[in-house]
Amino acid sequence: MSLLDVQGLGISFGGLKAVNDVSFKVSPGEIVSVIGPNGAGKTTLFNMISGVYQPGRGSVSLNGTEVTGIAPNRLAEMGLSRTFQNLQIFQELTVLDNVLAGYHLSERGSVWADLLSLPGMRRRAAEARQGARKLLERVRLDKAAEQVAGNLSYGALKRLEIARALALNPKILLLDEPAAGCNAVETEEIDHLIAELAASGIAILLVEHDMKLVMRISNHIVVLDHGEKIAEGDPATVSRDPAVIAAYLGTEEEEPAHADG
Amino acid sequence: MTGRNKWISLGVLALLIALLPLFFPSGYYYRVGALIFVNALSVVGLVILIGYAGQISLGHAGFAGIGAYACALAPEHLGLHPALAVVLGAVVSGVMAALIGKPILRLKGYYLGVATLGFGILVSMVLTNERALTGGPDGMNVADLGLRDVLRDMGWKLSGGEFWYMLCGVVLLVGAWLALNLFDSPSGRAMRALHGSEVAAATVGVDVPRQKLRAFVISAVYASVAGSLLALQNGFITPDVAGFMHSVEMVTMAVLGGVGSVLGATFGAAILTLLPQVLTVFAEYEQLVLGLVMVLVMIFLPQGLLPSIARRLKGRDE
Repeated sequence: MSLLDVQGLGISFGGLKAVNDVSFKVSPGEIVSVIGPNGAGKTTLFNMISGVYQPGRGSVSLNGTEVTGIAPNRLAEMGLSRTFQNLQIFQELTVLDNVLAGYHLSERGSVWADLLSLPGMRRRAAEARQGARKLLERVRLDKAAEQVAGNLSYGALKRLEIARALALNPKILLLDEPAAGCNAVETEEIDHLIAELAASGIAILLVEHDMKLVMRISNHIVVLDHGEKIAEGDPATVSRDPAVIAAYLGTEEEEPAHADG
Repeated sequence: MTGRNKWISLGVLALLIALLPLFFPSGYYYRVGALIFVNALSVVGLVILIGYAGQISLGHAGFAGIGAYACALAPEHLGLHPALAVVLGAVVSGVMAALIGKPILRLKGYYLGVATLGFGILVSMVLTNERALTGGPDGMNVADLGLRDVLRDMGWKLSGGEFWYMLCGVVLLVGAWLALNLFDSPSGRAMRALHGSEVAAATVGVDVPRQKLRAFVISAVYASVAGSLLALQNGFITPDVAGFMHSVEMVTMAVLGGVGSVLGATFGAAILTLLPQVLTVFAEYEQLVLGLVMVLVMIFLPQGLLPSIARRLKGRDE
């Protein structure tokens, strides 16, 4: 059974159909990429799936349960985790605390335990801290653990967001342009990391502009243009699809029209 | 902040509280000290609300008013011991905060400020207008806590000033300890996270409205206990305790000292409590000087006095 099942999802902003009737599925261990030109509605789609936006139409199911439009924190409890295209880092917190925040669901307890620093709370926090340090090693940020996150470079913050998202121990991970702004070496690292995560059984839904990366690691690709799904399939099929090529490069006749938009 | 920093902060605070009396020229300063600790206690509560969770309240004096009048009214009308009246006030404040916090914490920025302001004004109006119960603007007497007599019977003779200095100091230490525990706990981290980004906090599983409400309720209880202590040590209370100026004073102390830090908040409370005492020489210019100090701090040390000074000292070490 598919882990994530998106059916006929759509949303309009003031009459403009930002996303319209998009359907696809993601299975455990599978890497599904959503691609499309700028403004195609990829991030909007992500925001609907992760509960940040309320979809206007369609449904999202997670592990067989319908979760359309429920709050992001409830989705997190059900195993959905994500990163953001325009970083959403807790700037004032240390790097370690950023990842620890990702352990919220496993370390939270009663507020009394927190106020009184009871042993149970300290034990949960210590376990979370251990896990967080391991994740930081994994994304090579362990040396920066005590630094304030706001001081990190863009590429490092991208990795920090992935570490924080992994701290939830998710069943499905939504990555919104994880390699944007990263150099070739960093991109390759992210490539390996994503493949590793998928191999460990996590379902990955990826939005990415780096086509080489997408073609290399995706099992399945969904192509959006102007909010609509125009193609889907494995990388080879999609890259040969005339509609996809037209959307990305424009056909000769369509060239002037694209210059406007 | 690591566990070690927590104990350093508490140690510094405890040392200051214990050693300052050695330099007191007269018994009067115990009174000033106790007042500083009471103010610092409510400001520590605001550190949790403003500094941790990033929410503003311009109505926290309302909770101080509830705490203060609980101590004035409950012993007289319900026959409660004043110590239990403190607890009653804290419970009432906490419940009130939970009830009004739920709808108004959806608001952001100035809207939240104005909504909390409305609450504070409401409390102070009720206290002023319910003359039959509260004595109106003339205020009312507050029963003695009785603890000093107990200590005297045990052979520990303290002056009123000494007693309240010690009691408020101990309560402040406990309040600081709780706030510092919270800082490095799952709840505290969740509060600080939503302060940074509500969307991101929600996606890691933080129930954002619930954590905001927690911070609001906890800070209300701090203000309430501080109000109770103020009423008990003065033996008399007027609706001014719940007034708008008191709310503003609290926020100003927090911001002046450094709203992210418990020690800074205490420092801010100390300065703003002491300044008027020092400035009595200038009498009519007091407000002017206070305002000027605030403006200068905001321009030159926007992080607050203590964090800015600490940063500068650190910078010199490196």
